[in-house]
Amino acid sequence: MSVQAVTGTSDVTAILPRRGGFAGSLSDLLWRRPGLLLFVMLAPPLLWLGVVYIGSLIALLAQSFFSIDEFSGLISRELTLKTYGDLFQPANLDIIIRTVTMAAMVTLASAVVAFPIAYYAARYARGKWKALFYLGVMLPLWSSYLVKVYAWKLILAKEGILTWLFAKLHLSWLLDSWLSLPVVGGNSLSVSFTGTFIVFVYVWLPFMILPIQAALERVPGNLVEASSDLGASPGQTFRNVLFPLALPGIVAGSIFTFSLTLGDYIIPQIIGTSRLFIGQAVYAQQGTAGNIPLAAAFTVVPIVIMGFYLWGAKRMGAFDAL
Amino acid sequence: MADPFLSIQNVKKSFGNVAVVKDFNLDVGAGEFVSFLGPSGCGKTTMLRIVAGFEEPSAGKVMIGGKDVTGLKPNQRNIGMVFQAYALFPNLTVAQNIGFGLKVAGMPKAEAQARIAEMLNIIKLPDFGDRYPYQLSGGQQQRIALARALAPKPKLLLLDEPLSALDAKVRISLREEIRSIQKKLGITTIFVTHDQEEALSMSDRIVVMNEGRADQTGTPFEIYNRPSTKFVANFVGTLNVLEGTVSDATTGTVKINAEEIGLKGKLNGSKSGDTLSLALRPEAISLGRRPGNDANLTGQIADVHFLGSVIRVRVGVGQNFVSLDTFNNSSTPPPAVGEKTEISFSSGDVLVLH
Ligand SMILES: Nc1ncnc2c1ncn2[C@@H]1O[C@H](COP(=O)(O)OP(=O)(O)O)[C@@H](O)[C@H]1O
Ligand SMILES: [Mg+2]
Repeated sequence: MSVQAVTGTSDVTAILPRRGGFAGSLSDLLWRRPGLLLFVMLAPPLLWLGVVYIGSLIALLAQSFFSIDEFSGLISRELTLKTYGDLFQPANLDIIIRTVTMAAMVTLASAVVAFPIAYYAARYARGKWKALFYLGVMLPLWSSYLVKVYAWKLILAKEGILTWLFAKLHLSWLLDSWLSLPVVGGNSLSVSFTGTFIVFVYVWLPFMILPIQAALERVPGNLVEASSDLGASPGQTFRNVLFPLALPGIVAGSIFTFSLTLGDYIIPQIIGTSRLFIGQAVYAQQGTAGNIPLAAAFTVVPIVIMGFYLWGAKRMGAFDAL
Repeated sequence: MADPFLSIQNVKKSFGNVAVVKDFNLDVGAGEFVSFLGPSGCGKTTMLRIVAGFEEPSAGKVMIGGKDVTGLKPNQRNIGMVFQAYALFPNLTVAQNIGFGLKVAGMPKAEAQARIAEMLNIIKLPDFGDRYPYQLSGGQQQRIALARALAPKPKLLLLDEPLSALDAKVRISLREEIRSIQKKLGITTIFVTHDQEEALSMSDRIVVMNEGRADQTGTPFEIYNRPSTKFVANFVGTLNVLEGTVSDATTGTVKINAEEIGLKGKLNGSKSGDTLSLALRPEAISLGRRPGNDANLTGQIADVHFLGSVIRVRVGVGQNFVSLDTFNNSSTPPPAVGEKTEISFSSGDVLVLH
């Protein structure tokens, strides 16, 4: 070590010369105060979430406590429960029940269809099969939602490929007798609740498969072996080991499928009967009818239902394994 | 064996065209503790999984209690298995884990509770029933796994390197605990390990595996003192190998460097001029001449390791090195490096490896 360097004066206080300019002092400031950097990085998304998102949600909630004057069509800004009274009229209650039932059925069916696919992908698919799985699940998400829904309209139409397929398999009687059932039936699949249901399940399926697959991926293979070694049949292993450990994934997926179905207004518009779903009711109320308070009250319904849903899932212990 | 409890007969297993187990045979008596010992990748786990039913053998059969179980699924075999990575159910408490096998067998609740309490006592964790696996140390988790495997009273206990993920102290105490529980219950056990000390200290018999074959099966004493193959001799314990040439097959004289020793009756079939590997355990070699040691060689001290009660000395003999152990003696300082010395041993202790 040279003596000069030790005894030297100001020129050795820093290893590198200080960077000048605004950028330099800003970078020094952020370096010395990491909290500030975090704040700068988090402020825009927090502002977005806090003001734009939560704020508009609160505005929406507030709107639902206003009411509309039937004669003038003007909104009266006095707090009242009148709009909620309207919401629980039989016609509107029908819409809510129909939507929630549909969302529940779609969620259940998605879980049943998704589980084996997710299970295969998590336990058996390796290498290129795994890549193919991700591609197969994600690919439909990359194409336009509207295109997919219209494609399904053609598939399900009376002259569509499905009717043709049933005829080829000599199963037309099956399709016809299904369509002649009340509620789920109709003139053709494309104008029945069955059609709406099929398309919902198709469109939301990836949102169910991926969380279940992620949950199953984290279940070590030797747990299944340990269970079988302890005498459990495959069914018992499923009920006692796989299902409980996949439950957080199923719940995560069902949050997607359930809430997406509750809020969607395009699919039931294009495929299904003329009877409305919540999304369509909101669309109609805030558009043609100009009844913003009732539209707001309708949108509060899915929020409340999802709140209860998550609360119930938590009580069932769905998040314990997280 | 007259009436083996577990009998593995001509078992072979290939994955694709890679033969992992090649013609494995073994009879295990009821209540016996047998270890599979071998280096990593020699097929121990695969053989154990065939016994458990997780793998189907490509050929051969597995008999338990006189019954062919080769085609049975794991859940039909009544075998308890302990995995290297514990494999406890993370969503269940300790008590529920131990009771898993009882629950799926449909045992009444009260009876199951009693059995769980009994198992918790056996593994000396009586108050741990309500905890979750993630709240326990590795050693505790492995004891729970053992209790879970034993709770349904299996006929056979399989352990696949159950101690290898634990630290040294826990490993040794758990080793003793497993053995004492096994003895108390009298359960037939197969224990897989790559740790020779573990196998030697715990087992009734050891199967030394090498590349998918059982190289030698015997008691720890036999395996250590009379290894039948070069592989076994090398794998189990520390071994000194001296290269020698048979100078006279009829008198049994073998030449090592310039010196000759007599190995009468040990050369089985070697001819004069053959080269041999002579193996000796460190404890069979003495520094200096000793009464009773009929073979002497000269060498030079290459290394001295003072280990406390024992001093391990490395001696160069020609181009070979041998390690030997002497006991510490407070009045005699250890030999110095570079010193010329003589070593001696009894020709009876020499293992001739072919
Ligand atoms: N399912 C499998 N597929 C292909 N190869 C395997 C499989 N299981 C084990 N092997 C191979 O078999 C050999 C022996 O494995 P294993 O029985 O686990 O050895 P050990 O337990 O003695 O370390 C290894 O080379 C391993 O790669
Ligand atoms: Mg192994």
